Amino acid sequence: MDKKIKQFTVSVYTENNIGLLNRISAIFQRRHINIESINSSASEIEGVTRWTILVNMTEDQMKKIIGQIEKQVEVIKAYYHTDEETIYQESCMFKIKSDLLFDERQIQNIIKESNARIVTVNKEFFVLEKSGRRSEIELLHRELSAFGIMQFVRSGRIAVTKDEMKITEMLAAFNN
Amino acid sequence: METLTVKQKQYLEQPKERISGSEAIVRCLLAEGVDVLYGYPGGAIMPVYDELYKYQDKIHHVLTRHEQGATHSAQGYARISGKVGVAMATSGPGATNLITGIADAQIDSTPIVCITGQVPSHLLGSDAFQETDIVGISTPVTKWNHQITKASEIPEVMAKAFYIAKSGRPGPVLIDITKDAQFEEFDFQYKKCEGIRSYNPVPKVEDSKLAAAADLINNAKKPMIVWGQGVILGKAEDELKAVIEKAGIPSAWTIMGVSAIPTSHPLNIGMVGMHGNYAPNVLTNECDVLIAIGMRFDDRVTGKLDEYAKQAKVIHFEIDPAEIDKNVKTDVAVLGNSKESLTKLLPLLNANSHTEWLQKFKDLYTIEFNKVIKNDLHPTKEGLTMGEVLNEINTQSKGEAAIVSDVGQHQMIACRYAEFNKSKSNITSGGLGTMGFALPAAIGAKMAAPDREVVAIIGDGGYQMTIQELGTIFQTKVPVKIVVLNNDFLGMVRQWQQLFFDKRYASTEMTNPDFVAIAKGYYVDAKRVTKREELASAVEEMMQSKDAYFLEVCVEKEDNVFPMVPSGASVSDIRLE
Ligand SMILES: Cc1ncc(C[n+]2csc(CCOP(=O)(O)OP(=O)(O)O)c2C)c(N)n1
Ligand SMILES: [Mg+2]
Repeated sequence: MDKKIKQFTVSVYTENNIGLLNRISAIFQRRHINIESINSSASEIEGVTRWTILVNMTEDQMKKIIGQIEKQVEVIKAYYHTDEETIYQESCMFKIKSDLLFDERQIQNIIKESNARIVTVNKEFFVLEKSGRRSEIELLHRELSAFGIMQFVRSGRIAVTKDEMKITEMLAAFNN
Repeated sequence: METLTVKQKQYLEQPKERISGSEAIVRCLLAEGVDVLYGYPGGAIMPVYDELYKYQDKIHHVLTRHEQGATHSAQGYARISGKVGVAMATSGPGATNLITGIADAQIDSTPIVCITGQVPSHLLGSDAFQETDIVGISTPVTKWNHQITKASEIPEVMAKAFYIAKSGRPGPVLIDITKDAQFEEFDFQYKKCEGIRSYNPVPKVEDSKLAAAADLINNAKKPMIVWGQGVILGKAEDELKAVIEKAGIPSAWTIMGVSAIPTSHPLNIGMVGMHGNYAPNVLTNECDVLIAIGMRFDDRVTGKLDEYAKQAKVIHFEIDPAEIDKNVKTDVAVLGNSKESLTKLLPLLNANSHTEWLQKFKDLYTIEFNKVIKNDLHPTKEGLTMGEVLNEINTQSKGEAAIVSDVGQHQMIACRYAEFNKSKSNITSGGLGTMGFALPAAIGAKMAAPDREVVAIIGDGGYQMTIQELGTIFQTKVPVKIVVLNNDFLGMVRQWQQLFFDKRYASTEMTNPDFVAIAKGYYVDAKRVTKREELASAVEEMMQSKDAYFLEVCVEKEDNVFPMVPSGASVSDIRLE
């Protein structure tokens, strides 16, 4: 059962260090594993960085890689989760010619139905933002493609887990 | 500020001194108890060398003849002493020359700290003269690395470097220091590192795991131990011996673990792996409980994984959680330091002796002896064998010498046949298999253990990869004994060509120089032996010498090392010829 390739969201809590991205990405690179997306941000704990990495592999492999990640001196803790165990989102932006917004009624309907948000409008273009599941973003992309997209960008996945991740306790234990 | 502990307060109240970054580096080394380091100067590290000049009565800098030699010397020093070895180099080519030794230390878990100079911080990223991104380059082969651009960072980073290198599973650390940080003055204060919140070097030993392990061991009919370097790094030799003796378990070692238990111990059943002994390899696939202690199931040890000890329950004592289930699935994993784990395991074990099971090892040994060992150690053919040279060294050193081996056939022969009474006596490049390792490593080993006889066993190929360290030996007057087993071939590769490539000897034959003349050119006493009758007296002359000594033994050109587990084969399909 461990041999099936699945999608995993890896959450890594780290000290903020310049070289760490290099160290962590090398762990995947050495094993020929493509990183689907990677996001680095602040976490719920002050001064602790949280990385969200999306990868596809077997669970067997995933466990070993978590071990290698946690082995890095500046990594506080790493976890992996399946899609079912997380609440996750991506976000994206579209830059589209402003004329279309007024000339094509259909676009306004698409925006409404997709729960996308208009960030800015000027004479030449308007910018649309949407957060959600990959499938929703892909659907919106398909629908807007018909009219022409000037620019499109999608962020990496961010996710929170349904289970607790007890980093605060771990750090507190160190201080005592 | 009210949250400061007493210790932190004391630290802050310590007197500070205004000194330069470069002086701080030397002061940090002294604070960590470093009395010798190996290195090579150059532009970006000159301020530190200037301080080393001023502190030369307190710290001995050994000028190697190549930066790779500096890392291997630091490794040899670390391996025999258990302390952290230190190497230093300039930026650019000096730094990149360290990489092989760093990679070697990483895979063999050797604690070393490498310090490199770097171009001034305002030039970083500008492709300045001798700028290389050594932090980037060394990342995959270091346990930790860091670039310092401000003098004020030096004490804390250096303290962390030593702490990380030696704690938990040891490894190499590289610290890169820009030249401006070396010149900059700041208020110096040093405090040893006692912990890092994101780093848990020694996992706690769990009693439930120990109990499960003891249960498996107590119920085993055919248990077998394979121990590795983790026993030596954890200083658990006595504890391992006690466990082995109480439970009466036949025990084998990996190439990195040899010497933790004396060779002559009745339960020491030899080496596992590609050129290991016959019995422990074959019986790996017959034991009912396999107890791995401080080893990592390298592919050279396991052979074909799908057919490795499948019948056995596997217990793994290990300090590094990432090693658990990495290659071999375990039934019980006991995390923690080997000394602590084995100490706690001992009282849980029943006294036992597995006489019949042990007899199986003895029977297979007899087969190996008749097919292989006899001819290696007591040859009747005309040409000299590598084995008989080792045998002669054993006889004369009485198992007291530390053996530093290079990589190739001679290494396998040295590790198979060298006799050891003391731990930390076998220094070799196991995981990386770095030709050129032995000569500089022997320098470091001898300097760390001046009272011990240190004998380097090197092939004619590997010798020429770091032969220039003869210069270091001459200048520093380190009395290492150097034995080159000359077969005029890259013997190990030639053996594979013979066995697996229909004897097509592509680029493995060597036309060698006059090694004796070269040694003499460096003012090192030297002798060449080509006949059996000359061997004993030449080894004696070498061992008696108070100075460095070079002995070339011209051995049979096309001998092979057996037994052998061909790559991709199962350990029990080990070949005796
Ligand atoms: C730096 C390096 N390059 C290449 C190899 C591959 N290699 C392994 S053993 C060997 C031959 C070693 O020849 P020699 O030093 O003469 O020892 P022998 O096997 O003849 O005893 C070679 C080329 C290696 N291990 N290390
Ligand atoms: Mg050779």
